[in-house]
Amino acid sequence: MAEPILSIASLKAGYGDFQALFGIDLEVGPGETLALIGANGAGKTTLLRAITGLVGCAPAMVRLDGRPIGGMRPDRIAALGVAMVPEGRRLFRSLSVEENLLIGGERARRGDWTLERVYDLFPILRERRRNPATALSGGQQQMVAIGRALMANPRLILFDEISLGLAPVVIRDIYAAVPAIMASGVSAILVEQDVTRALAVARKFVCLQEGRVSLAGRPGEHDRQAITAAYFGLAR
Amino acid sequence: MDWVNAIVQGVLIGGLYALFAAGLSLIFGVMRLVNIAHGDMIVAAAYLALVIVQATGLHPLASALLVVPLMALIGYAMQRVLLNPTIGKDLLSPLLVTFGISVILQNGLLVAFTADSRRLAAGSIETASIQLAPGLSLGVLPLLMFAASVLIIFGMELVFFRTSLGRAFRATSDDPEVAQLMNLNRNHVFGMAMALSAAVVAIAGIFLAIRTNFDPASGPARLIFGFEAVIIGGLGNLWGTLAGGVVLGVAQAVGAQISPGWQILAGHLVFFLVLGLRPRGLFPRMD
Repeated sequence: MAEPILSIASLKAGYGDFQALFGIDLEVGPGETLALIGANGAGKTTLLRAITGLVGCAPAMVRLDGRPIGGMRPDRIAALGVAMVPEGRRLFRSLSVEENLLIGGERARRGDWTLERVYDLFPILRERRRNPATALSGGQQQMVAIGRALMANPRLILFDEISLGLAPVVIRDIYAAVPAIMASGVSAILVEQDVTRALAVARKFVCLQEGRVSLAGRPGEHDRQAITAAYFGLAR
Repeated sequence: MDWVNAIVQGVLIGGLYALFAAGLSLIFGVMRLVNIAHGDMIVAAAYLALVIVQATGLHPLASALLVVPLMALIGYAMQRVLLNPTIGKDLLSPLLVTFGISVILQNGLLVAFTADSRRLAAGSIETASIQLAPGLSLGVLPLLMFAASVLIIFGMELVFFRTSLGRAFRATSDDPEVAQLMNLNRNHVFGMAMALSAAVVAIAGIFLAIRTNFDPASGPARLIFGFEAVIIGGLGNLWGTLAGGVVLGVAQAVGAQISPGWQILAGHLVFFLVLGLRPRGLFPRMD
């Protein structure tokens, strides 16, 4: 296997006295999609926050291309090619749709993703580019959040709960765009409540439970029952 | 005609108040910080202009070529060194730091320049005027200052809504955490906001120095006028701030026309009236 883009080793992190992660190990290779599943409070979001620098940790716990980035400033990590589609979208509400996309690409690495290409991926955004970002429907806002992350031409993109609060038909539309995104060679971590959907697009998965890896492997490798057990922590 | 005259003069001084207010509004908008030292920064800029004019013999208005970049640099450094380390934890600590800067500026200026009130002489332009009607004439200088204030506010609007720096300001104001994920260095963005604010402060300081006497203790009153203009106009709207400045200027001029003792009080009363009836200001930003 090629050198991993992201490698996480015995990652421990938390907020103040509260420890949320107790020694996580995982790797994401070039162009690979990793599904990160687990119940609420399992530590999925904390893991993403540690990768993006929003939560501190020791340098060697998170490596990008072998380079220790744990605890670096979030903007520096972003400059190295890590982009995030945050939970709840978190668009800039005083910026228009196009401005939200532009700000994602302003200090971007060189690459294929341009405003035009994002508009080709999500044509509805071209129509609504002058609207305030918050005037859009939930699904369209999610498209803006994804486009904003793509504009940075990231090497690694983190999707945090992109289907949360959206209608099934809208979720289908959003996921329809995922293959086109992956075809550009970007690596991804996909945090998702919807396990079936996450496993359908990912090459491998990691299941977290109470801040530890409870199961990891390839989607076909474990049966449904094992995954459910790892997810909820029932039978061990 | 006296009343018309008073109102026209009030409008013109309102431009200056809007200039006091614009930088204050920008800082509050971008980093939710009330800069208590804003008025003292205006006075410090006035003294800086005085020193430069005395040293180089430049015309006071031309001194802006030096005062504006110098103040912007000072503003940037002040933000990075003094304010950024305190921002984000709670609202009180940066507020206290600006209060400290205010005290230090006032006393520093007192040591350096004594308590004597000073003024910048702008030469023949000070007395030039245009007669509009018998008994109603406009001073060229106040007119020029008003035009400059409108232009500066227009320029700030352009920066805020049409440039990548303005996008960074708005994004950081909306969601500082996600803005960082967009490869925006929060410390630098805040520094740039303070630099822009200080550049506007520089112009305001020069205009203040030409228009009126100033001394090291003049700052707090400018802060109040600026603050009132922001609140009257509505937070987050620079054109509203201009309107707020004009309303304040007219109120003061009309008050002074009634009786000189009423000048400042009338301004405060109008401010309280707006605060009571329309707490979000006359032209709140549409959300």
